[in-house]
Amino acid sequence: MSREENAERLSKVMREIFDVDDLEYRDSLKADDVEGWDSLSHVHFLIAVEKEFGFRFTSGEIDGFKNVGEVLDVIVRRATR
Amino acid sequence: MSNPFGMPWLLPTPVNFKARAKALASTASPDEAEARRLAAFALDLSQLDTLGKVVRKQREFFVAEAGFAPIKLGIVASHTMDYLAAALPGTGLRHSLVVDVVLAGYGQAAQQLLDSGSDFATQGLDCVLLTFDYRALGLSSIRLKKDEADEAVSAAINHVSSMAAGVRDIIKSTCILQTLAPPSDPVFGGLDARTQGSPRAMIERFNARLLQEVARENDLVVDVAFLASKVGLDSWNDARGWHKAKLPASLESTPLYADHICRLLAAARGKVRKCLVLDLDNTLWGGVIGDDGLDGIALGQNSAVGEAHVALQRFLLDLRRRGVILAVCSKNEEATARIPFRDHPEMVLKEDHIAVFIANWSDKANNLREIAATLNIGTDSLVFLDDNPVEREQVRQVLPEVAVPELTEDPADYISLLANAGYFEAIGLSEEDLVRADFYQANAERISLQKVGNLEEYLRSLQMVATISAFSAVGRVRIAQLINKSNQFNLTTRRYSESEVEAFENDPLKLCLQVRLADHFGDNGMISVIIFDKAPDEWSCDTWLMSCRVLGRRVEELVLATVAEAARSAGATRLKGTYIPTKKNGLVVEHFARLGFTKAGDLRDGGTTWVLDLADYVTPELPMQIIHANDSGSMSDAA
Repeated sequence: MSREENAERLSKVMREIFDVDDLEYRDSLKADDVEGWDSLSHVHFLIAVEKEFGFRFTSGEIDGFKNVGEVLDVIVRRATR
Repeated sequence: MSNPFGMPWLLPTPVNFKARAKALASTASPDEAEARRLAAFALDLSQLDTLGKVVRKQREFFVAEAGFAPIKLGIVASHTMDYLAAALPGTGLRHSLVVDVVLAGYGQAAQQLLDSGSDFATQGLDCVLLTFDYRALGLSSIRLKKDEADEAVSAAINHVSSMAAGVRDIIKSTCILQTLAPPSDPVFGGLDARTQGSPRAMIERFNARLLQEVARENDLVVDVAFLASKVGLDSWNDARGWHKAKLPASLESTPLYADHICRLLAAARGKVRKCLVLDLDNTLWGGVIGDDGLDGIALGQNSAVGEAHVALQRFLLDLRRRGVILAVCSKNEEATARIPFRDHPEMVLKEDHIAVFIANWSDKANNLREIAATLNIGTDSLVFLDDNPVEREQVRQVLPEVAVPELTEDPADYISLLANAGYFEAIGLSEEDLVRADFYQANAERISLQKVGNLEEYLRSLQMVATISAFSAVGRVRIAQLINKSNQFNLTTRRYSESEVEAFENDPLKLCLQVRLADHFGDNGMISVIIFDKAPDEWSCDTWLMSCRVLGRRVEELVLATVAEAARSAGATRLKGTYIPTKKNGLVVEHFARLGFTKAGDLRDGGTTWVLDLADYVTPELPMQIIHANDSGSMSDAA
């Protein structure tokens, strides 16, 4: 699956979790840019991503994310579905 | 693979959930039934959050008009409880509660509970949940020196005990305690169980002492240890979530955990289920008593299916002993339905155990209303157990306040689904509980019903597709099977062999029809077989049978319309019907009368003949799509 396709699936998860219908994906998107994205929904978001793409982030990956592009990098590398 | 956090007794959430929830949140006239339907899905965390927003928006409606019980719950925790807090209002709807949650400041248990002037203490809380993680209670490291383990457990108990006293005496609310889930990772291995100072052994002792020394009669207890062990400790515990966000357990456990808390709150508020209504065929026993007979149903006898039904009955009897009223609601002739209760040696349940016994052919939602009225309880006190997804769906649509567990096709799963749904959660056992079922029994009386709800609407919603066609080679085996097996909906009970059926296929003097019915639950396969003898003026019914599964779906009317049209276009002026009674076909004694035939005469042995003048016949509008498939090649049979 291409990076673009995964990005679309990822935005679908984000729209659902942050409850923003018109959210558009871009690599540089980060928590400050999305109203519903706080420390609580962040954890929820990561777990929803794991469920959607069928893998588990390591603690190190979780600590390291600076923007959505970095989440997508890990997805592209590790997704099993 | 099954989801360890799943709630399989609830229906899966449909894709339009979010849109429906948003519509409910924004409407000026909210629909209680819709709210109940939405809450009855197996919602995940994000969906519960969405439903929670509905509760906030429509709070006044739920409390003032729908009669949901408001409850203000404080949570004091040693760890992150925000996700639980977000899940509780949505979960509360499932239990007829409007839950408001107040979270105490993180790590400020003592300050908030022991100071009657604190922000938390002055909120007017009804209940306070005390939840401490074993890591915060000093029970996470092994203690190997003499007395060290005892001291650690005592310190943890003392802490919880003083917090509980704060809830009871200072905040003056109901105290909710929790047992602790043990960690999944042993220090020794098997020896942990025998080593007093292992985290596992200390937590076990903590739990025992919590129940014995801390919990008072008016306190509530959430048995998290049991819940975690049911889910599986390796799934429940989540080291990464603890390190990242101080999650006490896997985030995915939240909907299930929230459901357990709401069950308890509902029980404390008196929002309880009182009566379990049971279907009979393929629920209490395997098979259909009206077709298979006393010897043919599966009950006990060392068959896996039979034993599963016996085990279910034993479980139901246990429920009755603890105060749950049992009732029966079955589509059957009443005399037939009672036969196993009286004469089957392996029946655990007897007629004496059943407070209200309804066996008829009316729709089940109406029968459930009648059961509730007879017992003088609300329909929101009912749980309805039925193997048939069509019946379950009908009841959910018409009476969304009735709890209707999803079942699998395996009767061995029934106990688990019923027990784990937690419909009969209780906060204590009273003297009254022990005699309740008998009490209702004495008051209840049997009744028969003729009422019809919005049945037409329901039938439309089934999206039925009926395919009607002439006999065909492909359908032959199934046709012969139905002709030789059907007992209840069978007007003449004439049996024909497969070769006779084959001969009918090409007989120009016979009209032979087979009917299949599909609906949005799936294909029912071939469900009706009809044979008419053609004379120039009069067509006469030789065979008319139908599967009882599709009773009440107006398939009979479809058949009549088809026959009438064929007869008219062939120049006939009337149809003739014959009813030949047997021990089992009392169901159709009025069949021709119901279809508008006039009685023409009596036969020996109680039979009757009927006539329909085709000049008077008006084709009805039917709630189904009708396909006349005369191409015999298209008639494959999946049933």
